[in-house]
Amino acid sequence: MTTTPLTTERARAAVHEALLGIVPDAELDIVDPGENLREALELDSIDFLAFVRRLAELTGRTIDEDDYSRLSTLDSCIEFLTTAR
Amino acid sequence: MTITYREALREALREALTEDERVFLMGEDVGAYGGCFGVSLGLLEEFGPERIRDTPLSESAFVGAGIGAALGGMRPIVEIMTVNFSLLALDQIINNAATLRHMSGGQLGVPLVIRMTTGAGRQLAAQHSHSLEGWYAHIPGLRIIAPATIEDARGMLWTALEDPDPVLLFEHGSLYNVPGELAADAAAVDIDRAAIRRAGGDVTLVGYGGTLRTALTAADELAADGVEAEVVDLRTLRPLDEDTVLDSVRRTHRLVIVDEGWRTGSLSAEIAARAAEAALYELDAPIERVCTAEVPIPYAKQLEDAALPQAADVVAAARRAVG
Amino acid sequence: MWWPRPGGRWGDVADFLMPSLGADMDEGTILEWLVKPGDVVHRGDVVAVVDTSKAAVDVECFTDGTVEKILLPVGEKVPVGTPLAIIGDGAPEPPQAVTKPEPATKPQPLASPPVRTFAKQAGVDLAAVHGTGRGGAITRADVEQVLAPRARRPEPAGVRVSPYAKRLAGELGVDLATLPGPVLHARDVHAAARQPVQAQRPQAERPQAEQSMRQTIAALMSRSKREIPHYYLSITIDLQTALEWLHEYNRGVGVQDRVVPTALLIKATALAAAKVPALNGHWVGGAFRPGDGVRLGLAVSLRGGGLLVPTLADPGALALNEVMRTLSDVVARARTGRLRSSELAPATLTVTNLGDLGAESVQGVIYPPQVALVGFGAISKRPWAVGDLLGVRPLVTATLAADHRASDGAIGARFLDALDKLLQRPEGLR
Repeated sequence: MTTTPLTTERARAAVHEALLGIVPDAELDIVDPGENLREALELDSIDFLAFVRRLAELTGRTIDEDDYSRLSTLDSCIEFLTTAR
Repeated sequence: MTITYREALREALREALTEDERVFLMGEDVGAYGGCFGVSLGLLEEFGPERIRDTPLSESAFVGAGIGAALGGMRPIVEIMTVNFSLLALDQIINNAATLRHMSGGQLGVPLVIRMTTGAGRQLAAQHSHSLEGWYAHIPGLRIIAPATIEDARGMLWTALEDPDPVLLFEHGSLYNVPGELAADAAAVDIDRAAIRRAGGDVTLVGYGGTLRTALTAADELAADGVEAEVVDLRTLRPLDEDTVLDSVRRTHRLVIVDEGWRTGSLSAEIAARAAEAALYELDAPIERVCTAEVPIPYAKQLEDAALPQAADVVAAARRAVG
Repeated sequence: MWWPRPGGRWGDVADFLMPSLGADMDEGTILEWLVKPGDVVHRGDVVAVVDTSKAAVDVECFTDGTVEKILLPVGEKVPVGTPLAIIGDGAPEPPQAVTKPEPATKPQPLASPPVRTFAKQAGVDLAAVHGTGRGGAITRADVEQVLAPRARRPEPAGVRVSPYAKRLAGELGVDLATLPGPVLHARDVHAAARQPVQAQRPQAERPQAEQSMRQTIAALMSRSKREIPHYYLSITIDLQTALEWLHEYNRGVGVQDRVVPTALLIKATALAAAKVPALNGHWVGGAFRPGDGVRLGLAVSLRGGGLLVPTLADPGALALNEVMRTLSDVVARARTGRLRSSELAPATLTVTNLGDLGAESVQGVIYPPQVALVGFGAISKRPWAVGDLLGVRPLVTATLAADHRASDGAIGARFLDALDKLLQRPEGLR
């Protein structure tokens, strides 16, 4: 199955929405786009899985466990979502 | 060795008479009769009439004579038959013995020991059975001690004789025939501190003299129910060893006081007041007091039993406190 | 066969009361009723949402029955203990009010004349009052206790507190107003302090809540370190097999059903606790009381600081995907302040999983009156002897802090060994 890659704006919006669903008061504007998300937002493994679920729901993209390493920062998330499989 | 409370007292007298030639014993029938309760039996034969002196039936006179002898450098032991009769010598004890050191600016001391029987339980009725030691414990200038164990009966007298001021030693009448173990090398004991006779964490039972046994019996019954009572023997009623009692309360947070005196204005009231003053925030239940019914001690056995603090009353009080 | 039941009503009736959802709750507001009269309810059903002034809590029913009547409308704030609804056994109301029992057949309740006068003036029937005085006598405080909820006073009245209990409450941060009277002793305060840390996600506009949680944690942890002689053991567990198995498992399910390693660790811990029951239970009154089943407390750190310890009922008995579902659900609700009353039940063993935040191992502080705490550090790849060769394996350091009054090191070692063995056979954890 192939998925159409998202535009950068849509990808950023999806990442933000998914993260705000986990950490409602997260101030994503001040998170360094290259900073490790799990550290910056104190996401534990359960939070991170919830983030992955929401991101998958919002974008329709299949995200395997092997893809987790590509979701470490805001920038890498966007890059992952905007890259065709 | 196993001896009775009476024999332990006699051993203490014998030791004092042997060790210190200033010591002599006087009182009603202490010589030829061997003492009304048999404590001094045989001492007349052993030490002679100079040192074991029968007196006329006048408590005021012979207590006064004892005070005079003490002022003169002797170490008299005066026996008064019961605390009820000591009332005839109140003037001597309270106005003279207790005051002279203070009124003389420390120049005159009265190193006198007065022994007397206290308490009920032997069907001797109201004029021979009262527990008035709490009254004496009210008086500054006196030290009040109450041996409850064989060891204390043996060891307290010598320490009392060493005190430069008057000491009143109360022997509970129900204890004379009680046997117990005494170490062969038993010697003088302190007369400053209360003693913990049984350790426990749930409730503190305070007793002294005759009520120590009541408290210990109650503690056994409570233990069968899983309530661990700590039993404190006051030993010295004045000055009170407040620290030992209150430390126990700080561990158990519950206090039951057993006192053969009447509740009103009693030693138990004093202890309760001190616990409230110094350990209120340690108390997890109201203080309980088990005292003698506010009547002159009855003669009839069942009435006497009903009037006195019994182990069952202590158990009930402890259960109320533990909740 | 039909017998009229004792108690003057035809059926069993239970009042559903405003629950005390933690030591610092003295009143609550019904935000929402999730049932209506006539609904059949079961023990454990969420029947209402209550605002505790800090958060909304789903409140569960404690009996089976039928909702007969809702007594309190949404939005009204009432003290803890106020009846909110009547839950009956579904039997119809008696055709007419049952008359009071004949006075002649009923023993007169013990009460002093002033108390009788007071009760009469207040309109309280002494026959309905539970006496707590000597010999079961009814005291003025007992009468006031009946009056308190009726009058819906803002604070419970007539509760007598022993001086020692009052002092302890201050030391342990227990709010006495939330405890039921009429007389409070030290043991009531201790019991309240043992309840799980019930405070919700602190928010900027609620510094008091944050402070109260801090104080509760401070009191509990101080008590733990003061009273409990901790001993510590640790074991390094090779998770290669478990993680490979889990990876395969996750490959076979959708993202919604994916399981994180924490769920595996939690299930293994619960099973190990069942195998070594000497670590599962409470130290009460100088003796160990084994838990009735494994109720696992899960230390959940809150993003703003602080900690909640919701209880998972026997995760060892659940399928792994159920454990995961429960875990996600409870953690999410803990952090959004929607824990259920049953999740605040006392746990028999607590697990803390600081590894997600990168720490290698945790030497935990036991949550009194529990007797052990299991900690997991980060799962990380480290060198490891595999046979006679050096390999790189995902390892986790599992630690055990245990109460030396209740168990000895050999028991603790047995527990860690059981945990290791369970994790080496992950298919058994499915």
